[in-house]
Amino acid sequence: MPPALNPKQSFQDLIQVLHQYWAGEGCVILQPYDMEMGAGTFHPATTLRALGPKPWRAAYVQPSRRPSDGRYGENPNRLQHFYQYQVILKPSPNDLQELYLASLAAIGIDKDTHDIRFVEDDWESPTLGAWGLGWEVWCDGMEISQFTYFQQVGGIDCFPVPGELTYGLERLAMYVQGVDNVFELNFNGRTGPEKVTYGDVFLQAEQEYSRYNFEYADTEILMRHFADAEKECRALLQRGDQGVRHELALPAYDQCIKASHAFNLLDARGVISVTERQAYILRVRDLAKACCEAWIRTEAGRG
Amino acid sequence: MPELLLELFSEEIPARMQSRAAQDLRAGVTNALVDKGLVYEGAQAHATPRRLVLSVEGLAAATAERREERKGPRVDAPESAIQGFLKSSGVALSDCRIVEDKKGKFYVAVLLRKGRPTAELLSEILPEIIRSFPWPKSMRWGSSSLRWVRPLQSILCTFDGEAVPFEIDGLRAGNLTFGHRFMAPQPIASRRYKDYSTSLAQARVMVDAAERAQTILAEARTLAFAQGLELVEDEALLAETSGLVEWPVVLMGSFEPSFLSLPPEIITTTLKAHQKCFALRDAKSAALAPRYVLVANLIAADGGEQIIAGNNRVIAARLTDAKFFWDQDRKAPLAARLGLLDQITFHARIGSQGERLRRIEALAGEIAGFIKADADRAREAARLSKADLVTGAVGEFPELQGVMGRYYALAEGTDADVADAIRDHYKPQGPSDRIPQTRIAEAVALADKIDMLLAFWLIDEKPTGSKDPFALRRAALGVIRILLEHERRLPLLRIGRKGLDLYSQGPSEGERKALLADLLSFFADRLKVYLRDQGARHDLIDAVFSLGQEDDLLLIVRRVEALARFLETEDGRNLLAGIRRATNIIRIEEKKDARSYAGQPNSKLLVQAEEKTLATAVAAAEAQARRALEAEDFEAAMRALAKLRSPVDAFFDRVTVNADDPSFRENRLRLLSRIREATLSVADFSRIEG
Repeated sequence: MPPALNPKQSFQDLIQVLHQYWAGEGCVILQPYDMEMGAGTFHPATTLRALGPKPWRAAYVQPSRRPSDGRYGENPNRLQHFYQYQVILKPSPNDLQELYLASLAAIGIDKDTHDIRFVEDDWESPTLGAWGLGWEVWCDGMEISQFTYFQQVGGIDCFPVPGELTYGLERLAMYVQGVDNVFELNFNGRTGPEKVTYGDVFLQAEQEYSRYNFEYADTEILMRHFADAEKECRALLQRGDQGVRHELALPAYDQCIKASHAFNLLDARGVISVTERQAYILRVRDLAKACCEAWIRTEAGRG
Repeated sequence: MPELLLELFSEEIPARMQSRAAQDLRAGVTNALVDKGLVYEGAQAHATPRRLVLSVEGLAAATAERREERKGPRVDAPESAIQGFLKSSGVALSDCRIVEDKKGKFYVAVLLRKGRPTAELLSEILPEIIRSFPWPKSMRWGSSSLRWVRPLQSILCTFDGEAVPFEIDGLRAGNLTFGHRFMAPQPIASRRYKDYSTSLAQARVMVDAAERAQTILAEARTLAFAQGLELVEDEALLAETSGLVEWPVVLMGSFEPSFLSLPPEIITTTLKAHQKCFALRDAKSAALAPRYVLVANLIAADGGEQIIAGNNRVIAARLTDAKFFWDQDRKAPLAARLGLLDQITFHARIGSQGERLRRIEALAGEIAGFIKADADRAREAARLSKADLVTGAVGEFPELQGVMGRYYALAEGTDADVADAIRDHYKPQGPSDRIPQTRIAEAVALADKIDMLLAFWLIDEKPTGSKDPFALRRAALGVIRILLEHERRLPLLRIGRKGLDLYSQGPSEGERKALLADLLSFFADRLKVYLRDQGARHDLIDAVFSLGQEDDLLLIVRRVEALARFLETEDGRNLLAGIRRATNIIRIEEKKDARSYAGQPNSKLLVQAEEKTLATAVAAAEAQARRALEAEDFEAAMRALAKLRSPVDAFFDRVTVNADDPSFRENRLRLLSRIREATLSVADFSRIEG
């Protein structure tokens, strides 16, 4: 047996504790999706599995890339690459709030000394054509999670309704470790020379990717990538369409994720005007909708 | 008398929806009770973040027994008809009376409708009310088909102390509720509102929002007072914080005093909008203090130490961000940012913010000339008015647009009036907001709003029905309020034309005319709404507006006022009656003859003294009224018209319009139409009601 986990001193232990906790609730513990995406919601385990009648419980860490949030590693709170812990339970159980609160207790947030609040926050993802109602969860005035009951994904009504929990892992870790700078987080829980910080792992990456995102990414190539992904997505949607069934929903959706990330990079490079921005979002949304419509005609999607 | 207690216990209800929902619950249930014939003495509703509560006192235990009579067939009707009547009424012939009227003798069945127990009716009424509850936004959860604002967890419903049984989507009503989520989550049984609210208070739930608000206010004031500070009171924030907690615990946090070098609005916005905390100020100097008040939902085991530390950390992080932006932003002057505005699209079909700003600048200069503002400074203020949109601080705090621009302008030594105008040119933001208080700010505010209206009129994106996504009605109302409340003269059509000239690809001359006329009538509609709210008669506004030549709102309003005063005099009322009579006759005769009687009467055909007098009086009154109008003396114009009263009266007394001689008739009709034309220079009297 490995030594006891200590989520108050170790970023990786925090993740492990959440894995253990949600595994105990019957979730499949997935590994991150192997593509660049802006949030854990884009993972097909959420976007696509949210649809259709089949029950589904999953939890996973998803590296999330938001190119325009990069600050060259100079801001103690902002990163262009961070981790989200994502949980999806379909249908949402009646005690989902209690389950969530117990997960906070598991990572060391004591409900007798911390002020935990559910503050209205209606969630919407324009690029996924998705929306839901729920809250941002505050702990002593800090937002630590998003809590959403999905109502629609890809423009399709979700029924049964999935409950989605998203923990901002760095923020949560900063809170339980009591540090004010994300780069000072203890990553591996060791002390002295064996200690590895979040900065040791990611500071250089933040600097390099900020340069890439804001200065060096070749916008012509990116535009081409966007157009290629859009074209391939459409082609797959068409060729996989077997009438009642669809046979290529997942590969088509990968292309939609690619298009979305290319758009995020173009946005960070500042080459998309406000007007064009809306048009790009609509183009991605159209792909996402078509992929979701294909998904509910697949084995896993229609049950 | 028995009492109904209902509690709908759910996951957290958005703070802004709670109070309305409590009212809706009370109205929904009491209306349904009354519909069923149940009387009650009183009803009160409450809301917390997790529950809607209703108690109805003095509710009858059952509906009253009613006697109903049902008229049947005549006694000599065929047997089958009589039997059919008895069957459908569910009575025997012996239960029927015989009643005689003009048509003969009839059977009348006497039916006794039994009263129904209230509890039984409640089981029927409540599920329907819950299913159709008017939440502004509702949702589904799990596999349930019920919709509620957030998942509905349990229902408590008792009548006269006993649980009322009903079920919705597997959710069974009972007599249980739950205390505070963290401090007393165990189930609690209740029979009546009194023991319900008492046991919830013990379980750390204040059911009454007003009590929560009072607690917050009193404790916050006490905490502040103890430190020689004063609470910056804020009703909206108080209502919101009372909707975020079931048991308010007020604590004081602090931040580094060095943050006080930031503009106070940044600090209060951070505290209020982002953290829902109250700012504090020094009781003597009224300057912001480096402390704040937070409202927690927990009596913490450590006295709130960790809660305060956590909040302090979040606020420090936010203020650090804000300070970073504030310092960065002041490194470059506002004017140096103007180029960036060219890259921001104001609207896809209108163009960039930069283009719009250049139009506002030019228009502010034009307007300054009319309202006696310093044109150079108005132009300067306009040029800088949107530069803060591309600063970091406004990126982070969009609600501080204008406010930050003023600070940056002051920091670089800009004239204080110009800086104030940068802040105030967005005003008024609504009917209760203050209007700009200097002429420079007025000029920029008017230019901003008028350009916005022209822009959206050019692309034909006008408000329709309840849709006004660009707040154009508010913009027009802002123009109206500035012009009227400061008594400024501004020819809107001329200014609108200047404004249109500033668009590079302007419309054709014909389109311009139509556009400006349409925009002016939009102003007329908004003016009507505005004046109606002030208690003016809308028909008088129509009577003046329909003349269609006037584009100076202040003059229109003055004319309406003069007209109102005139119509209160006897001369005014009588003249109105005379004009109406003339107009009616003309209308009828023109229709009958299918021709118009407009134009001058032939003076040679005027034979009676009264018609000669009237003809002279009309000509004189018209000329006098016109001169008075040119001098903008509306009272004098009304006085000129007043002189028409007795000649008009005498004409109708003595002269027969429909004379036998067709040439006389035609001439007299022309004379009548002259009355209408002459008075039309002042107002369209046919639009006046009453």
